[in-house]
Amino acid sequence: MGSISLKNVSKVFGEAAVIPSLDLEINKGEFVVFVGPSGCGKSTLLRLIAGLEDVSGGQIAIDGVDATSLPPAKRGLAMVFQSYALYPHMSVRSNIAFPLKMAGLDKAEIDRKVTEAAKVLNLTDYLDRKPRQLSGGQRQRVAIGRAIVRQPSAFLFDEPLSNLDAALRVNMRLEISELHQQLKTTMIYVTHDQVEAMTMADKIVVLNKGRVEQVGSPLELYRSPANLFVAGFIGSPKMNLLTGEYARAHGATTVGIRPEHITLSTTEGEWKGVVTVAEHLGSDTFLHVDVPGIGHVNARVSGELPVGHGDTVYLSPQRERLHRFNDQGLAQ
Amino acid sequence: MARKVSTARKLTFTAIAWVIALLIFFPILWTILTSFKTEAEAVASPPSFVFFDWTLENYAEVQARSDYFKHFSNSVVISLGSTLFGLLIAIPAAWAMAFSPTKKTKDVLMWMLSTKMMPPVGALIPVYLIFRDTGFLDSRSGLVFVLMLINLPIIVWMLYTYFREIPGEILEAARMDGASLAKEITHILAPMAVPGIASTVLLNIILAWNEAFWTLNLTASKAAPLTTFIASYSSPEGLFYAKLSAASTMAIAPVLILGWFSQKQLVRGLTFGAVK
Repeated sequence: MGSISLKNVSKVFGEAAVIPSLDLEINKGEFVVFVGPSGCGKSTLLRLIAGLEDVSGGQIAIDGVDATSLPPAKRGLAMVFQSYALYPHMSVRSNIAFPLKMAGLDKAEIDRKVTEAAKVLNLTDYLDRKPRQLSGGQRQRVAIGRAIVRQPSAFLFDEPLSNLDAALRVNMRLEISELHQQLKTTMIYVTHDQVEAMTMADKIVVLNKGRVEQVGSPLELYRSPANLFVAGFIGSPKMNLLTGEYARAHGATTVGIRPEHITLSTTEGEWKGVVTVAEHLGSDTFLHVDVPGIGHVNARVSGELPVGHGDTVYLSPQRERLHRFNDQGLAQ
Repeated sequence: MARKVSTARKLTFTAIAWVIALLIFFPILWTILTSFKTEAEAVASPPSFVFFDWTLENYAEVQARSDYFKHFSNSVVISLGSTLFGLLIAIPAAWAMAFSPTKKTKDVLMWMLSTKMMPPVGALIPVYLIFRDTGFLDSRSGLVFVLMLINLPIIVWMLYTYFREIPGEILEAARMDGASLAKEITHILAPMAVPGIASTVLLNIILAWNEAFWTLNLTASKAAPLTTFIASYSSPEGLFYAKLSAASTMAIAPVLILGWFSQKQLVRGLTFGAVK
């Protein structure tokens, strides 16, 4: 249960083709993350799968059955919204019970499942509260609870963590990953945050302007980005993309080197540059360096480093870690 | 941080507020007081505030001359009826505009509001003739219909602003959770919209209750509501201030009481959507 297949799926709003035409296979049990900049169509794609938007063309199959024209409730999917979308006038218990009530389960069965879900999500003490009496993280857990009681064939998450503060986001990220390990149900997760994508996904789908730029595991995308867009999007700090003489010397239009693949020295190296900004994180040091003839280069060095603005440093890109792109922006 | 306000300043503002409130309330207070005076005391100069012979004779006379309860029941039927039928049309209309707006939604809303800017007298003759020819003159059903149309733009606007406040994602969540359209409305939308619908109903009952132009022009006796009842005491042959006051007090009392007890709802209704 939980395989989803999209064939030639397209979505047009008025004259704007948000998704021109897209094919995608999601295997059962996979944690798939749709990632891309805002407006890239990732949320629209999720809503098409959910059935909240109608496709303009193409076919969506869930578990091998054509679901293209099925209403959302009949697709066997559960969704967690960015705003949590809890029912404000219902208690936590009623919120979680709502999908079961709609499915016509008997009361004892509903009670049993709600209690079970509440236990998994640490919500037992809050069952009789209203959503407004809960913190952001608790609300998010209620929304997840409402999704899991249905035992759907897949979960859809639409930027579920973007309303939480940074510390809580890291916790919830972990909780969702653990939940996936426990349930082994297919999860589709939309985010614009590539860190979330890298940390949670089995498979990342990078979207840009409604097109799939690349599909692969986090490390595949990191090691061999298919094009400039993916190269620039995945990885933090961003990959340095160098053009001009240096790129031509390597037989490419653009050459990419990740900041962590640059060796730094204060005495010797391939490039000599001046530090403009040094960001000291303790665990890492991010350096922004102006290299004459090359341009602006970011470098990441592990640990503490006693350099600051105006200091001269030497940088050496690791040859075997260079990414070469042709004039189409594709990896070569 | 809250601004610091000195006690003297607070006292001054409180006093000013009281003076303004009393000024606004004074005509109503004066009407109520006058209704308990005799006709002679009602026109006495200088007028007396409380030291007069309190009497209920005006009320007895008013009730004897014109049946208050008949007019009262007409007012109830007309204001409740027009509000109810208005809701039946306005809820789906506001619904459609709030949840699946099109490019023209704003225009439709503005057009509806613009009908409130036309002086009603401009439509009086045609409406009167239609009523005469269809036998709706001096009938409750005719008034229910006309007042429903008069207040429809306000009902639609109010409901529209309320419905707009309900996040679409909650409705989508209900759809994902397996709710049919009917269940989505009864389990999710209606409970969330109840406060909004309640204030709309209250405001419209009050508007319909107080509506005088159409009720005066389209009724004679049978369907005449309380507005006609009051108007019948301001006769060209001479004014009977005390009786007029008694009639007015009886006419405004129900709606005043309703308004008093539903203040919170009304204020919420009128300011809803102003701040998030």
